[in-house]
Amino acid sequence: MKYVDEFRARDLAEKLAVQIAAEAKPDRTYHLMEFCGGHTHAIFRYGVQDLMPENVKFVHGPGCPVCVLPVRRLDDAVELAEKHGVILCSYGDMMRVPGTKQRSLIKAKADGADIRMIYSTQDALKIARENPDRQVVFFAIGFETTTPPTAVAIKQAEAEGLENFSVFCNHVLTPSAIGHILDSPEVRDLGTVKIDGFLGPSHVSSVIGSEPYEFFAEEFAKPVVIAGFEPLDVMQSVLMLIRQVNEGRAEVENEYTRVVTREGNLKAQALVSEVFELRQSFEWRGLGEVPYSALRIRDAYAAFDAEKRFTVTEKQSREVKSCECPAILRGVKKPTDCKLFGTVCTPDNPMGSCMVSSEGACAAYWTYGRFREPAKQKAEAIA
Amino acid sequence: MCLAIPAKVTALEAGDMAVVALEGVKKRISVALLDDVSVGDYVLIHVGYALHKVSAEEAARTLALMAEAGILKEELEEITGGAA
Ligand code: SF4
Repeated sequence: MKYVDEFRARDLAEKLAVQIAAEAKPDRTYHLMEFCGGHTHAIFRYGVQDLMPENVKFVHGPGCPVCVLPVRRLDDAVELAEKHGVILCSYGDMMRVPGTKQRSLIKAKADGADIRMIYSTQDALKIARENPDRQVVFFAIGFETTTPPTAVAIKQAEAEGLENFSVFCNHVLTPSAIGHILDSPEVRDLGTVKIDGFLGPSHVSSVIGSEPYEFFAEEFAKPVVIAGFEPLDVMQSVLMLIRQVNEGRAEVENEYTRVVTREGNLKAQALVSEVFELRQSFEWRGLGEVPYSALRIRDAYAAFDAEKRFTVTEKQSREVKSCECPAILRGVKKPTDCKLFGTVCTPDNPMGSCMVSSEGACAAYWTYGRFREPAKQKAEAIA
Repeated sequence: MCLAIPAKVTALEAGDMAVVALEGVKKRISVALLDDVSVGDYVLIHVGYALHKVSAEEAARTLALMAEAGILKEELEEITGGAA
């Protein structure tokens, strides 16, 4: 219980742990997928898995924006900076992700490309204003929480007539990814990935609301509980999922009512649909091509679309050989199944995106779980 | 990158911008994604944008928890480190 000591609400956590153990039926298992990397991070940081009975297991989902970006799109961004000489603005998380031949933004920057780490799309606009004679491209990544800020920036650029600003859009959609996972052969036919329920994302849901999940709950008969990021939220949500499974219900429940409503942030949604439209298909690292799972900039704002402004070359993008990120992102493998984990690949020298982002499963395992998993396995082997 | 941090709005500015106070640090953020933000409101901030309003209690609770977990410092560094 070492990890529980680290937060004040330890009494509550222990009570919840007892309750979960009491309600989880010993004759079955509960595989719960936390879609969102923020939850993966919280689960490891607080050792939530250790508080669960043996038959309640977390399956880590693909909800880490940095992790799911296909290598080709990263290579394209590097090319924009290196060959087209633009000022490329990127969120910090993306900087160290290795592309083909381990070329990352940070390496390209060290070699002289003008790549700037920004915190907000407002910073990218500022750079564009200050450099009117340069092309400034914002490398937009992320789920539904980062999309509205990109939409605002595009509208603002239009209003200001900032002609040197454009966006390389890689925004993706959570519900399509969840649907794709539930539809995958590993879940549907092969049974290699078992999912009995979902912990729904917190902040993504604050934007899109809880309503978009109602479809899966019904269509795939899987319960969804939208969970806050705090460890107690996660535990409370696990309890709610266990109850749904026990009672044979498959509904969308909202544990995070402090912030999430059924309809979400309507203003943000309106801005997003004004500026973006669905792509027919988009490649996700690990999941492959997922239909209607990403956004592109509408024709009305084509002037700010970096994909229209610049032509990038077709390239043979390649992952680092034997990096298991793609299988990990599908929940098929665990970081410890990767030969490179903790030896060749560490947060200081990441071989794959799952080790770069603090929301990636490999980084979470390394930082918080590295010594516990093997120890636990050993203990089980002896017992 | 998934995290959002609560802060109190201390001033509203032109162009949907606002100043928030975060552990003694002042930061300019955008409130373009919210309707009716007032000085004194608590908002959750994500990549420089207020995503939604939260109650003062929720803000205090989240901040205390983030501080205990040691995430607060990292988040503050990320926020203040950016070209603001
Ligand atoms: S440990 Fe490194 S190489 Fe292995 S799957 Fe994770 S990120 Fe890829």
